[in-house]
Amino acid sequence: MENLIALLVAAPLLGAAVLLLGGRRLDRAGHLLGTVMAAASFGLAVVLFTDMLGRAGDDRSLHQHLFSWIPVGGFQADVAFQLDQLSMTFVLLITGVGTLIHVYSIGYMEHDERRRRFFAYLNLFLAAMLLLVLADNYLLLYVGWEGVGVASYLLIGFWQHKPSAATAAKKAFLVNRVGDVGLSIAIMLMFTTFGTFAFGPVLTSTGETSEGKLTAIALMLLLAACGKSAQVPLQSWLGDAMEGPTPVSALIHAATMVTAGVYLITRSGAIFNAAPDAQTVVVVVGAVTLLFGAIVGCAKDDIKKALAGSTMSQIGYMVLAAGLGPIGYVFAIMHLVTHGFFKAGLFLGAGSVMHGMNDEVDMRKYGGLRKYMPVTFVTFGLGYLAIIGFPGLSGFWSKDKIIEAAFAKGGAEGWILGAVTLLGAALTAYYMTRVMLMTFFGEKRWQPDAEGNEPHPHESPKSMTIPMIVLAFGSVFAGGLFSLGDSFIKWLEPVTAFEHGHSPLSAAVVTSATVVVLLIGVGLAWLQYGRKPVPVVAPRGSLLTRAARRDLGQDDFNHVVLVRGGEHLTRSLVYVDHTLVDGVVNGTAASVGGLSGRLRKLQTGYARTYAVSMFGGTAVLIAATLLMRAV
Amino acid sequence: MNANAVHTLWTSAAADPISKIPSPTIEYAQLAPVMIVIGAAVIGIVVEAFAPRRARYHIQLWLTVVALGAAFASVVALAVGGYATTKQTSVAMGALAVDGPALFLQGVILLSGVLAAFTFAERRLDRAHGKRVDSFVAQAGAVPGSEAEQAAVKAGFATTEVFPLMLFAVGGMIVFPAANDLLTLFIALEVFSLPLYLMCALARRRRLMSQESAVKYFLLGAFSSAFLLFGIALLYGYSGSVSYAVIADVVDGTLISNDPVLAQTMGNDALLLIGMALVLMGLLFKVGAVPFHMWTPDVYQGAPTPVTGFMAAATKVAAFGALLRLLYVVLPGMRWDWRPVMWGVAIATMVVGAIVAVTQTDVKRLLAYSSVAHAGFILAGVIAATPAGVSSVLFYLAAYSFVTIGAFAVVTLVRDAGGEATHLSKWAGLGRRSPLVAAVFAVFLLAFAGIPLTSGFSGKFAVFSAAAEGGAGALVIIGVLSSAVAAFFYVRVIVLMFFSEPRADGPTVTVPSPLTMSVIGVGVVVTVVLGVAPQYFLDLAGQASVFVR
Repeated sequence: MENLIALLVAAPLLGAAVLLLGGRRLDRAGHLLGTVMAAASFGLAVVLFTDMLGRAGDDRSLHQHLFSWIPVGGFQADVAFQLDQLSMTFVLLITGVGTLIHVYSIGYMEHDERRRRFFAYLNLFLAAMLLLVLADNYLLLYVGWEGVGVASYLLIGFWQHKPSAATAAKKAFLVNRVGDVGLSIAIMLMFTTFGTFAFGPVLTSTGETSEGKLTAIALMLLLAACGKSAQVPLQSWLGDAMEGPTPVSALIHAATMVTAGVYLITRSGAIFNAAPDAQTVVVVVGAVTLLFGAIVGCAKDDIKKALAGSTMSQIGYMVLAAGLGPIGYVFAIMHLVTHGFFKAGLFLGAGSVMHGMNDEVDMRKYGGLRKYMPVTFVTFGLGYLAIIGFPGLSGFWSKDKIIEAAFAKGGAEGWILGAVTLLGAALTAYYMTRVMLMTFFGEKRWQPDAEGNEPHPHESPKSMTIPMIVLAFGSVFAGGLFSLGDSFIKWLEPVTAFEHGHSPLSAAVVTSATVVVLLIGVGLAWLQYGRKPVPVVAPRGSLLTRAARRDLGQDDFNHVVLVRGGEHLTRSLVYVDHTLVDGVVNGTAASVGGLSGRLRKLQTGYARTYAVSMFGGTAVLIAATLLMRAV
Repeated sequence: MNANAVHTLWTSAAADPISKIPSPTIEYAQLAPVMIVIGAAVIGIVVEAFAPRRARYHIQLWLTVVALGAAFASVVALAVGGYATTKQTSVAMGALAVDGPALFLQGVILLSGVLAAFTFAERRLDRAHGKRVDSFVAQAGAVPGSEAEQAAVKAGFATTEVFPLMLFAVGGMIVFPAANDLLTLFIALEVFSLPLYLMCALARRRRLMSQESAVKYFLLGAFSSAFLLFGIALLYGYSGSVSYAVIADVVDGTLISNDPVLAQTMGNDALLLIGMALVLMGLLFKVGAVPFHMWTPDVYQGAPTPVTGFMAAATKVAAFGALLRLLYVVLPGMRWDWRPVMWGVAIATMVVGAIVAVTQTDVKRLLAYSSVAHAGFILAGVIAATPAGVSSVLFYLAAYSFVTIGAFAVVTLVRDAGGEATHLSKWAGLGRRSPLVAAVFAVFLLAFAGIPLTSGFSGKFAVFSAAAEGGAGALVIIGVLSSAVAAFFYVRVIVLMFFSEPRADGPTVTVPSPLTMSVIGVGVVVTVVLGVAPQYFLDLAGQASVFVR
């Protein structure tokens, strides 16, 4: 069985290679090949999953050693895979949602000339993401980590003819580099500390290492996670990344890649558990991002950017949960999976709306679409209910557990975190209701596009609606299924460890509080956007609204601190280079040249001069030899 | 020594002549390389005397290449037979060593000889009276510019004597690093120097310059030979023997006077020190170390370019071989005396070679100063005084000789109406007109500069790391700085070739025959292979790094 693991990665990788190298000949069948490869990987994952279920909890981890990658003395890097319950969860999510989004893209990208290339990049992404979650050591994980970065860059900038898309891709790439540096430093620290970077030895020997070193490694891992998962302070790229085609936003920037940071923290749980200071930082990052994303999401009129803010906020929940340690890891992953379903569904729904509205993204120009796009409306609506945590649906189960775990952290910290998560839940209900109302309810506010075409909203083709329907099922039932008899906890416990948190509030109180804040959020949104008509031109808004529209000044901050600072730094370096370095270099060159010119004059061309030089040289040689002995 | 003692010497020698002069034993198999080459040279002279003029060129070329090839094969056979490692020995009554360094360097010299023979034989580059001619004068005896010269050119004469001359030179050169006593050393020196002086004078174009260079080389060479010979005499006076092994024993103090006649002078350290300095000077002259380097630019520039390439490569190999043997076999006990002096020489050589090359405007002079700088780098490896020092020097010499012959072969291709266009200004924009030739030359220049992935880098790295391990860290720093200065003028030529506008009256690149093409091709291949995958050859040099004593 373990020999099949590599095939999981190989299938989409092969697809990408064939599609990229095959050229135009494959233009007509490329999308089918790409989809088949994704589906093959999913099928294989299901086979491995059923096989894994057949074994006992502690015996489920599979290992495949492919080849020795860099064998240099003490530096041993292997290409080897590890498939345990945690990886399996991700593999199923990635290949499952991935396949659905491949199918969806067949319809969505139908009229794009470069569709083959798009599918090649999607396959490349799948391969890299699977490599990331299947690697059995940090170095190979790093390869996958960089691979998804490349795929993300290529796909955000897929419509590279638009300067905004090209810029967004570059921005995502640059911000991610900062995080990647963190990961590479973490790997180097691991190698110097443990002498290896394989998960097994590293994660079992944390007890023998000083806390300081572990904290350093953990903080560097967190930096990496912040970059990939768009957490504060490296969150600025995610909003712009919505320039990519919507299926990309759904797959990479909602369901899978952006959760890689949560995977990294959960996988490295042993390190974080042994470094409580770093865990505190993780929790703070999660909590701040949770509110940050939610506030931004409340103010955006662009449907995809509103959803992007929501993604950031939901990942904040996951990071917060992962920072809580063994009481939170399982719920972080559980929320990650349910989020994968409903957020992918929401994005696909948004894509479907845009598809019908001439690619309009401004929600103020939507309105009343429920009659025209019934399937989209229902599936989007179910995703909406799931994300706000409507009792019984997926999001309810997973988010509720995180809120409970936050309270269970204990002490003042617990109360603060609990309050933040509850506030986040209220904000989630508010901004999602806002999206829902502005898009599907109220008056038609449609406007002709730049070329003067009136939009004619219509339901999307089957290839797009079917994936939405499947994901809607996931949004509705996944959470319940996971919570039934604590099945998800039992499933992950052997890998991530689990402790029951002891909340100062009983579960019933927390649940009721969640429902109450949910109703408050929905009510506020209804008062603002449901009861009265939505203005087509956005009102000026309060100070907070305006700040949120500008992403709470993230770009201004980056511009002032990093860009300006960087410019000043480079300018001063250039100054030093011009005056000091060039001065020294040119001075040296001039003196060498001058010396050369003078020495050259000794070469008179007369044999007698040469003979004298030889004679003198010999005399010096003899004198020096004798002198050496005398000394 | 008083008259009485001399009398005793004579009478004692006469009293029992047979036992004093034992009949020599000659190990023909081990001497095969030398005997093949010298024998072929003698046959070549006979060919000159008896073969018809038209057939000589082909006969001589074949004879030379076959002889050098056979000699190389016998060197390889000896090395494979274990003479480089376990069965190393000295032959011909202790006159010649058959050991790793000797065989390695003989192999390099013989291969250089084959390549040089190809460039000597190149006849597609130049024309005279409608005939394709080689780089050598039609009739060496004719006064430059005279009617006799014109007549000789018209008659289609050719100086095919260069082939036997080169064979004699190679014969001397392969004896030189194997010489195991001081007299053999001196004889070998003369055997390879005299033909070189002659060959330098044989350029077809710019004959006056060529002759001037030959005379200078001869005068200065004779001058340095005198010093060398005087040094040999002093060392004999010190030790009572010319044999390396005996001198070494006396230096170590394991052998005390064996001859009452010499008891007065034996063990006199002044003789040893002065003699050592003089012998070293003679060898440093041949490797072109500062301040004995002044002949190199003039001779390199004046000599026919194929001869320059041969001389630059093979002479350096032979001379460094002899220097290594002298320092490592005869004078290891004097390490603390010769190392400081050699430090000074090495530093001066690296610095002066690199700095003076900066302002050169002629390609051949530039390469001459570059060879001076390289001599300095190799000296750094010699000074290491460790086995790694020997192996690194061996590797460096092998790498350097192929680059040098290849580079000079490229110089022969770039020509205008006056023959080879060696002035650098004429090379401007060559890369646009003849990208391939310019690229090949760029590879050689990068190798000279020691850029990674070329043999120059592997060699320099080996030499400098050996020197650093041998405790010559300061020398390495100066060496690296000199390399940086040297990189400037190599890269300047590359910039000139590729990033300047071609001159309207610029030279053209002549398409050579397969002979020169193969020389350049081999040069490039060896340069790249030794740069990319040097380990096998480094190991080979490492295995060959033990001297017999």
